[in-house]
Amino acid sequence: MVTFIWIFFIVVGSLTFCVTGHLKELNSFILSGGKDGIELLLEMMPLLVLWTGIMQIAEDSGLLEKFSNLLRPFLSKLFPSLPRNHPALGYIASNICANALGLGSAATPFGLKAMECMQNDNPHKECATEAMVTFLVLNTGGVTIVPTTVISLRMIHGSVNPTEIIITSILATLCSNVSGLIFDYIKRRKKLAKT
Amino acid sequence: MLKLSELIVPLFVIGILLYGFLKKVNLYDSFLIGAKNGLVTIFHIAPAVIAMVFATNLFLKSNFLGYFFSFLSPILNLVHVPIEVLSMALIRPISGTASLAVMNNLFSLYGPDSFVGRLASTLQGCTDTTIYVLALYFGSIKVKNTRHALSAGLFADFVGIVAAFVITFLFFG
Repeated sequence: MVTFIWIFFIVVGSLTFCVTGHLKELNSFILSGGKDGIELLLEMMPLLVLWTGIMQIAEDSGLLEKFSNLLRPFLSKLFPSLPRNHPALGYIASNICANALGLGSAATPFGLKAMECMQNDNPHKECATEAMVTFLVLNTGGVTIVPTTVISLRMIHGSVNPTEIIITSILATLCSNVSGLIFDYIKRRKKLAKT
Repeated sequence: MLKLSELIVPLFVIGILLYGFLKKVNLYDSFLIGAKNGLVTIFHIAPAVIAMVFATNLFLKSNFLGYFFSFLSPILNLVHVPIEVLSMALIRPISGTASLAVMNNLFSLYGPDSFVGRLASTLQGCTDTTIYVLALYFGSIKVKNTRHALSAGLFADFVGIVAAFVITFLFFG
């Protein structure tokens, strides 16, 4: 499915360039377009390396496990396929918290680490596990409670009440996340019924 | 509220270090092991990130969405939906920075306290870049069969977008 979207973007984008007669721009973009990806990686790298280092300390000291214990009742309902003491749970908990606080870029290292932990126990390495899919649904929904970037942009543009959109954002996020999780739940039940 | 959010990260770091120190963890060695794994992760995600950023930028720069919406505008004008907000709703699952740029533009045009401005703020806050996150997370562990992750993610986005319209209208309309 990701493959399909990837091809769709490239083909539709290229065709639009051709039809509108911007061939020169298309050519220069194909030759230099890889740069943006590298720039993003370079931007992510210092933060990712720093956070994985600090989180390693949290893991070695047992703090990460304690932290995931706090969220356990909630997490075990969402991820019934993960055993109670699975190392991924700590990273999932950290990822959810960082996302909720609007620290999107800090959440990514935790999320990647959680995926890595889940992949270690995956019998079919090329196929996503149930827990991975649930985790991604939760992540793509974006559980933001304080959308810091939006608030700061509103301030810059002279909003009278920059934080007034917090409540509407939370409500919309809730709708999006709950519907995503229900969708995921139904799909899982359907698969169970088949086997 | 903003002051508090500025305290969270430093407190988090200091707390982890202090706890590790009390538990007699070799802090520096632990950090180096973790940081090395972080570097390995960067190499693992690099192909997926480069591939996805290339494709999304090509798509956005071609202005396909712009043509698409100018084609739809006669219908949309009938139901009083601002086209710019709709295009932002479509860009949001594809690219976070692109939708931020659109939002910034909307703020300059209509002001952050207009209905369009509030709707754009809610849209930006309510979902995440589904397609990018999927490519990144599954690409990092080389999973090819993503099962229903994409359909569930896009379904959640769709509900979120509709909810943002309805809720903003109820609160500020």
